[in-house]
Amino acid sequence: MQQKYYIFIGVIVLALLAGIFSYPNYFNKGVDFLNSKMSWTLPHFPEKQFVLGLDLQGGVSLVYQADLTDIADPAGAMSGLRDVIERRVNMFGVSEPVVQIQGQDRLIVELPGVTDVQQAIQMIGQTPYLEFDEQRTAEESQPVLDKIKEIQDAQAKGEDITKIDNWQLALENPYFKPTELTGKYLTKATVAFDQTTYKPEVQLQFNDDGAKLFEEITARNIQKPIAIFLDGASIIDTNGDGKIDGQDLYAPVVQDKITGGKAVISGGTMTNQVANSIASRLNSGALPVKIGAPISQETIGPTLGSVSLQKSLIAGLYGLLAVVIFMVLFYRFPGLLASVALVIYVALVLSIFKLIPVTLTLAGIGGFVLSIGMAVDANILIFARMKEEIKAGRSLSGAIDEGFKRAWPSIRDSNFNSLIVCAILFFVATSFIKGFAFTLALGILVSLFSAIFITRIFLQVFVGKWVEKAKWLL
Amino acid sequence: MQFNFTKYSRVYYIVSGVLIIATIFSLFMFGLKFGIEFVGGSNMEITFQSQRPSNEEIQSALNSLNIGEITIQPIGGNGAILKFKGVDEATHQQILVEINKVAPSAEKSFQYIGPSIGQELRNKTELAIVLALLAITLYIAFAFRKVSRPVSSWKYGIASLIALFHDVLIPIGVFSILGHLYNVEITIPIIAALLTVLGFSVHDTIVIFDRIRENIFRRGMDEFEDTVNWSLNQTLGRSLSTVFSTLIVLIAIYFFGGETLQYFSLALIIGITSGAYSSIFLAGPLLVSWYKWSAGKELKNTLKR
Repeated sequence: MQQKYYIFIGVIVLALLAGIFSYPNYFNKGVDFLNSKMSWTLPHFPEKQFVLGLDLQGGVSLVYQADLTDIADPAGAMSGLRDVIERRVNMFGVSEPVVQIQGQDRLIVELPGVTDVQQAIQMIGQTPYLEFDEQRTAEESQPVLDKIKEIQDAQAKGEDITKIDNWQLALENPYFKPTELTGKYLTKATVAFDQTTYKPEVQLQFNDDGAKLFEEITARNIQKPIAIFLDGASIIDTNGDGKIDGQDLYAPVVQDKITGGKAVISGGTMTNQVANSIASRLNSGALPVKIGAPISQETIGPTLGSVSLQKSLIAGLYGLLAVVIFMVLFYRFPGLLASVALVIYVALVLSIFKLIPVTLTLAGIGGFVLSIGMAVDANILIFARMKEEIKAGRSLSGAIDEGFKRAWPSIRDSNFNSLIVCAILFFVATSFIKGFAFTLALGILVSLFSAIFITRIFLQVFVGKWVEKAKWLL
Repeated sequence: MQFNFTKYSRVYYIVSGVLIIATIFSLFMFGLKFGIEFVGGSNMEITFQSQRPSNEEIQSALNSLNIGEITIQPIGGNGAILKFKGVDEATHQQILVEINKVAPSAEKSFQYIGPSIGQELRNKTELAIVLALLAITLYIAFAFRKVSRPVSSWKYGIASLIALFHDVLIPIGVFSILGHLYNVEITIPIIAALLTVLGFSVHDTIVIFDRIRENIFRRGMDEFEDTVNWSLNQTLGRSLSTVFSTLIVLIAIYFFGGETLQYFSLALIIGITSGAYSSIFLAGPLLVSWYKWSAGKELKNTLKR
């Protein structure tokens, strides 16, 4: 067997893999069917979803501008800001939120699936919620623990937990309950060093009302712990695993009632940096950097997103169909082969979208659909050349080779130019244009592969002596 | 059959000249309506559950909120797009409440762009356009560096640049008129479309110039005009096929792709059609006219001596 047949088989296998990967539903249904009929245990093809942008799945996108005046370490402040907002957004219960720094002082927050913008904005811009919680008695803990168990059981059965009476109770901390003392009584927080251990600690100073409250709370909790939470999570990483989560609990035991309104947060693995960041978060009244209201906001309703997705996919399908009909009508047998290559092209690009993964936006799909129309350009150039060479009296295989060889400089130059434009768009422009430029550039590169490499193999394999008898096919 | 493209070049110049003058005229008269991403402001799309209330009803309901001038555009069966100045989230919610008092409705999308972002986007877009034009011209000059006779390589660059301007100006002119008549705005998707037109149009021109280059090497450099004509005839089938295959995809997007992509595809349809026209009827004939003009000048100089 000749080398071209090996390559041909390789292309077919690649095409099948790409096709099944981009749309595994039918394949997996077929596997299920076979498994049930023949009692086999064939595995499913791994399913991977496309990553959809906000404009296609609905959600909220917010852009904030941080006020970095008088800030010594802007980069550090920005990453601190990102971390805090990320924590808050995660508490919002959004699936796959995106919080990223753009440029020097911009923060982009993307919340897929969120429709209540007002709540989202409040949540992001709120002042940190500092609370001092006292221990629940065993009788008080039990209802919460019971409720948590009830919810977990319901979840295991797949029931709707919001139907359970008083389900919000399960969100509370079972061992601690809030006191009246919160961050609003705080006048300032400072970083100091322990006189004996020289470890950093955060000193809190309450106002008069706060001092009174603190005195009462400490008085009734002697020999009991008081937990300190900031934004619902422990204030320091007590177990030292590098992150603050449910495992951490900062709850020093009260030795004696404290008068004068001073409290100290210390211990754990508190470094200078952590102490500074806690103090500055408490002091700035909000976030490490002031952000104010969003400077840009975009809300897409979930129905608009799915309608846009559906429509753009239908447009793509019709476009693909029209190009295939056109190619077969005008270029007959080579046109048919190019159409098969075009369908492989679509499967390849979709697989790459899933693999990287590329976040698909409406603009990106627009760029991709456009690239379907442009992908056959290389084939058109080659086929036109082939026809000319056949007219000039060349043999069939000679005409195929010559067609590819002579069309190459034009294909290279023109596609290179489109790539330059895409690169400029990608590096200079906004996210909308970026999505468009990226898919278009990806489309151009893959189309070079499909239109030149795949079509050529097809022609070499399928065009043989028989075509001499059926010249009208060319 | 051979078509003599350069014979009627004057007609093509006049057609393109008229279109470009009309575009410039329209730009001076009507200007361009830029979308909120460039000027800042709010854009809200709502659908009413049943009948859409009249623009006056919506307008008067929002009067009390003091949000300045509001443009209301009906869309689809019972939807509307409202455009007004930038508002904060609280006002946004109040607007929704007021509109719901007029008729029950749901918000499909809301966009707010602050003034600083608008300015930034304008600058970025300008930079992108300038860089793209520059890069394309340089590339063409580089690609044709080996062709210097009888027309030097930079002239290919200039000719394709003229064709480029032509292809971008005409859709801009159409959008200027559409903006005047139907409030159609220049938005980021349209800018992306125009930049793609740049790439596509130069694509076409390069293929034709490539053929001219090849034919000059093959046939020698006599009879430049014949060579250009011959090359244009050879590439005509390909030019039409490519434009056609791209246009059918775009037409599918225009009719089935939904509102967001509609004007985006329209800009591409106009730009690519004009690109096909300019690369066949402008770029090649321009080279010939230029060649003749400088040849004529040389002849005069020799005669003077």
